[in-house]
Amino acid sequence: MESVFGLVGKDFAIVVADSSAVHSILLHKTNEDKIMLLDSHKLMGASGETGDRAQFTEYIQKNVALYQFRNGIPLTTAAAANFTRGELATALRKNPYMVNIILAGYDKETGPSLYFIDYIASLHKLDKAAFGYGSYFALSMMDRHYQRDMTVEEAVNLVDKVIMEIRSRLVVAPPNFVIKIVDKDGAREYAWRESIKDAPVIAS
Amino acid sequence: MSIFEYNGSALVAMVGKNCFAIASDRRLGVQLQTIATDFQKIYKIHEKLFIGLSGLATDAQTLYQRLVFRHKLYQLREERDMKPETFASLVSAILYEKRFGPYFCQPVIAGLGDEDKPFICTMDSIGAKELAKDFVVAGTASESLYGACESMFKPDMDAEELFETISQALLSSVDRDCLSGWGGHVYVVTPTEVTERILKGRMD
Repeated sequence: MESVFGLVGKDFAIVVADSSAVHSILLHKTNEDKIMLLDSHKLMGASGETGDRAQFTEYIQKNVALYQFRNGIPLTTAAAANFTRGELATALRKNPYMVNIILAGYDKETGPSLYFIDYIASLHKLDKAAFGYGSYFALSMMDRHYQRDMTVEEAVNLVDKVIMEIRSRLVVAPPNFVIKIVDKDGAREYAWRESIKDAPVIAS
Repeated sequence: MSIFEYNGSALVAMVGKNCFAIASDRRLGVQLQTIATDFQKIYKIHEKLFIGLSGLATDAQTLYQRLVFRHKLYQLREERDMKPETFASLVSAILYEKRFGPYFCQPVIAGLGDEDKPFICTMDSIGAKELAKDFVVAGTASESLYGACESMFKPDMDAEELFETISQALLSSVDRDCLSGWGGHVYVVTPTEVTERILKGRMD
């Protein structure tokens, strides 16, 4: 089961996701990127049904871009979160998307923010959030060690503690994780935490 | 597992002398896991009308957005706020529209009507109105709330005493329900002012 978690620090937000692509008992790859960059200052980490995850996050990404093209200014994180919730809510009683989302962003006026969006479109703004079996460990570790206004170093330390906990206590623990960060300079990949390295794909 | 017990909630509204109070718990959960301890369940429609929405959080959010939309349109057309009785009928109609695919919410409506006479009502998820002269309850802790309110309620309490009574009724009831709690949120509304208070109870 996929683990995604995130937290807000001082002037930045971090989203972490495992990177295994699983189908039944088979692990297809261990470097799947589940955190999408919605625009220059937004991250969307998603967990759930593989097809829904890929399609839905791309749909949101393209619509966020469309808004910017049409209106000349980017969406705020809150607006993007509410738009995402709206799309999930509309689809809920027709053809629901089985995707859980952690949306993190940085706005110049309001600073960093993080939104928890359930697959049934429950939206809540939070300082720390987690999905999946890993959430049982992530939330507890974050409840114990999280403080407001942490530095990047402190936050990554906490992230590593959570990953250590998931790796040691979850029976089907994912081997690799990707960490992405968003701050005033934009959204970007911060690091990978790998315990298995996939062989690189050779182009034929 | 009932869909009404997926997120967990406790709501109560009470009538006093020329005033009313409406209170909710603050937990947002996903079955056994607590996601947030500051989730808002009571929304202001206008200065003298509040609605609390218990049940499934996603439907509460969708329903609230629809109701705000309808009330804003009403304000534009009628150039005045909606009376609580009218609003209750609106909520009932909107819920019954979805009779065979309902919103999984139980609303609690409280307001000051003509001549600032307090009005409270609740309804089930398909809009069956339940008017009361003393108190109304909703949510996973509703059975405990009925008992607590029945024993603690007195008619014609003033704002201070009403606040004490509703707070005690809420806190003692949510302590017997594992799906609601983590504090309380109380609004006491008189013709001249609205007082919002956060209660600290057993944080579990």
